[in-house]
Amino acid sequence: MAAEWTQDELLRYSRHFALPEFGSSGQERLRNSAVLVVGAGGLGCPLLMYLAAAGVGRIGIIDPDAVSLSNLHRQVLYTSEDLGRPKAEVAAKRLAALNPHVEFEVFVEALLSENALELVSRYDVVADGTDNFATRYLVNDACVLTGKINVYAALYRMEGQVAVFNYPLEGERRSTNYRDLYPDPPPPELVPNCEEGGVLGVLPGIIGAIQAAEIIKVLSGVGEPLIDTLLLWDLAAHRQQLISIPKQPGLVIEKLIFYEQLCGSLVTKPATQTMAHEIKPEILRSWLHEGKDILLIDIREPYEFDELNIGGENIPMAELPFQLERLQSGATIVLVCKTGSRSELGVKLLVGQYGLQDVSRLIGGVEGYLGGDF
Amino acid sequence: MSLSILTFGIAKDITGSAVLEWPYDKPLTVGELQVQLLERYPAFRTLASLRLAVNKSYAGPDTPLYPGDEIALIPPVAGG
Repeated sequence: MAAEWTQDELLRYSRHFALPEFGSSGQERLRNSAVLVVGAGGLGCPLLMYLAAAGVGRIGIIDPDAVSLSNLHRQVLYTSEDLGRPKAEVAAKRLAALNPHVEFEVFVEALLSENALELVSRYDVVADGTDNFATRYLVNDACVLTGKINVYAALYRMEGQVAVFNYPLEGERRSTNYRDLYPDPPPPELVPNCEEGGVLGVLPGIIGAIQAAEIIKVLSGVGEPLIDTLLLWDLAAHRQQLISIPKQPGLVIEKLIFYEQLCGSLVTKPATQTMAHEIKPEILRSWLHEGKDILLIDIREPYEFDELNIGGENIPMAELPFQLERLQSGATIVLVCKTGSRSELGVKLLVGQYGLQDVSRLIGGVEGYLGGDF
Repeated sequence: MSLSILTFGIAKDITGSAVLEWPYDKPLTVGELQVQLLERYPAFRTLASLRLAVNKSYAGPDTPLYPGDEIALIPPVAGG
């Protein structure tokens, strides 16, 4: 069964061979394994580099996005010359140069309910390095349904979370999964993503490397993976916690659902948006000048509003459902956020879920309106 | 007597502090502490998915708390 190692591999992996608990058997297990990395962004870059360097036999990379300038402060696989190119393709090319013994499979597309089960079932372990709740619940449920291990990591500003989900235990039992940790997603956009909330560039390097370590431990059988355990790491003061995760009684995942609705967000931004509900900065300016009867609502968090605002009333996104009566004054509602992406969800929430009629959002947000350099 | 509350993610933003000393005057459960937190920080009302760990293990609302317990507030995060 054990295929011969080439001279290149013997040298390349010699420090793994020398590691007592790892040895050639651990390396052999890596070579016979397949990992699907969902998201080739902040977490995906260090993750992919270490998995490829370590000699995981087959690595799938799925990401629908292209490299953008704001990625480069943390997504260390990409260079300024890669701007506009698909991340999954660029990543695979770099990684093939790093380790020619690894087979790469590239998917320039989003993981969706339609393709998730088929894709996930072709790998041993799935690495969740996505940047939104909808895909995180999708990855989790697809892994539970296909019996795959989900190695999870997520970031917030200067903090990271890592855990190993759905690990096979004795008999047919499986360890806890993402829904044991968080049964329900938070309300739409309550928790800011990297774009809205910011992230320290080096953080995904650290957390993604820990995620890679967990995958290598799981595949090689070395060490004690984070099974039924959540690792929390606050980089600000290096506060670390290992929290045990109990099983949620009665938790059953039977099939995939529509995760965009569950999480109130969209996995990919469709080209056609609700144009009727958008206004440009110059329109808002003229409305304010004319004294038009509008209700200007800044839906950012209070601390953001205090830092910089264009007037109006501050009702954070998550508070909107509790302020419906006041919003239904008859005036045109204009939602404002930082760059215009949160307000898109705000319009969806108020129009789609609560049936309000006259709701618009300010394109470009406060930053676009003020037009400065932020 | 007091409890020690560690905050993570958006819970740290809401409370404005990574560590809180919380008064413990009479016997208290996790659910009762959540009500107290909500009274002091109304923003927690929207954090239905906030998980709370007691002494490094996730705990349900009926779990009793004792002076000196370490509580961690751990909201979900999605960044990648």
